[in-house]
Amino acid sequence: MIRIELPAHLRNLGRIDGELLLHVPSPVTQRTIVDAIEAQYPMLRGTIRDHVTKERRPFIRFFACEEDFSHEALDSPVPDEVASGKEPFLIVGAIAGGR
Amino acid sequence: MIESTIMANQRSGVRVLVGTRKGAFILTSDSKREKWDINGPHFAGFEIYHMKGSPVDPNRLYASQCSGWFGQLIQRSDDGGKTWEPVDNKFVYDGIPGTHQFFDGKPHPWEFKRVWHLEPSLTDVDTVYAGVEDAALFRSTDGGKSWHELAGLRGHGSGPNWAPGAGGLGLHTILLDPVNQGRMFIAISAAGAFRSDDAGETWRPINKGLHSLHIPDPVAEVGHCVHRIAMHPSRPNVLFMQKHWDVMRSDNAGESWHEISGNLPTDFGFVIDVHAHEPETIYVVPINSDSEHFPPDGKLRVYRSKTGGNEWEALTNGLPQSDCYVNVLRDAMAVDSMESCGVYFGTTGGGVYASANAGDTWAAIVRDLPAVLSVEVQTLS
Repeated sequence: MIRIELPAHLRNLGRIDGELLLHVPSPVTQRTIVDAIEAQYPMLRGTIRDHVTKERRPFIRFFACEEDFSHEALDSPVPDEVASGKEPFLIVGAIAGGR
Repeated sequence: MIESTIMANQRSGVRVLVGTRKGAFILTSDSKREKWDINGPHFAGFEIYHMKGSPVDPNRLYASQCSGWFGQLIQRSDDGGKTWEPVDNKFVYDGIPGTHQFFDGKPHPWEFKRVWHLEPSLTDVDTVYAGVEDAALFRSTDGGKSWHELAGLRGHGSGPNWAPGAGGLGLHTILLDPVNQGRMFIAISAAGAFRSDDAGETWRPINKGLHSLHIPDPVAEVGHCVHRIAMHPSRPNVLFMQKHWDVMRSDNAGESWHEISGNLPTDFGFVIDVHAHEPETIYVVPINSDSEHFPPDGKLRVYRSKTGGNEWEALTNGLPQSDCYVNVLRDAMAVDSMESCGVYFGTTGGGVYASANAGDTWAAIVRDLPAVLSVEVQTLS
């Protein structure tokens, strides 16, 4: 199982309590993780990535193992620690003040 | 906008739906409209551009929820706003989207940004229209579970010449004609007004008589910054418009327009609305200019015309008359259909004001909400 942490707003939207545990088939990539989230929680479609282009939304960031993977290719494997469930995959709202 | 008419003896109260920069609020009162319950924030932290109830079933509400982080969401309630469920948020332009004109005059690809306005059908609880930025009209016929563009609007020919206003290329006004079946009106900043006579399949611009000095051709077919249009449901051929500058009127369903700014202190503003029972009584909130975006002299004044325009009176009783520098945005005024017509508006300072006597006197329902983006009202039975 993959461990996923979502921003509070998305947990509220999906009525998710705490860390998300999802089965993601190998190879585990950013794309397959978000595919699994959207399959389980359709109300989150479009909130992490664009419906059509599948590109990460600009103010969403992907972190794992204390590294920023936001600009890695969507189909690159995530670290083994994430794929094995040892470390969570962090989906984070960018720190941006806005209005 | 005027919501559906309910027989006078059935009216028990009102529900005011307020969209703000940081959440939604639902304000309720009995028919006296003196004491209010404030419920919210719903969707705390999100921009609620617009929230509106179905005229067919007042417990069916739709809300446009968005944020810079998580994009667009559409929420639906079937119990008058007590609980909400997210429905579909996939707004994809029909076919190859093409381009519109950008601020620099160059072609720019159509890109969906947000839903500005939701307009539930007058006859079907599951049909609802969405006006979006970049400007397009979408329709759902399954209560928001899926959305499809009415592409005849962007495709009618002038679309490549549309250009955004300062707030974006937003389709902000949707008026459904309750008398002429299939007729609807929309307005876009800064393209202008358009009409369909076949339920949104085909469209044409209706901007004759508009005169906009700040565009290259002041009488162009499109390019006018229409801020808002309003109609009375009993007389849908008469339209009232608050344009970027000028308050306008059409007596022939938009075939031509003439100015009715008359003695207003400034003809700039955003909102315009019509009394629920007097089709010639209209309301605007004059705003100093397109750069200042606050009322003249720091006095928050609603202006009312009982003559369909040109002759206006300032309504000030109960409104702040000094040091008030707020704006009233285009979707932030509404009227109820109680026997004594109620008028409501919200400000960018977070105040929501109500008048239970057609504007003669006002009181703040609440003063310190986040900046108000939209106000709608439902008259409840």
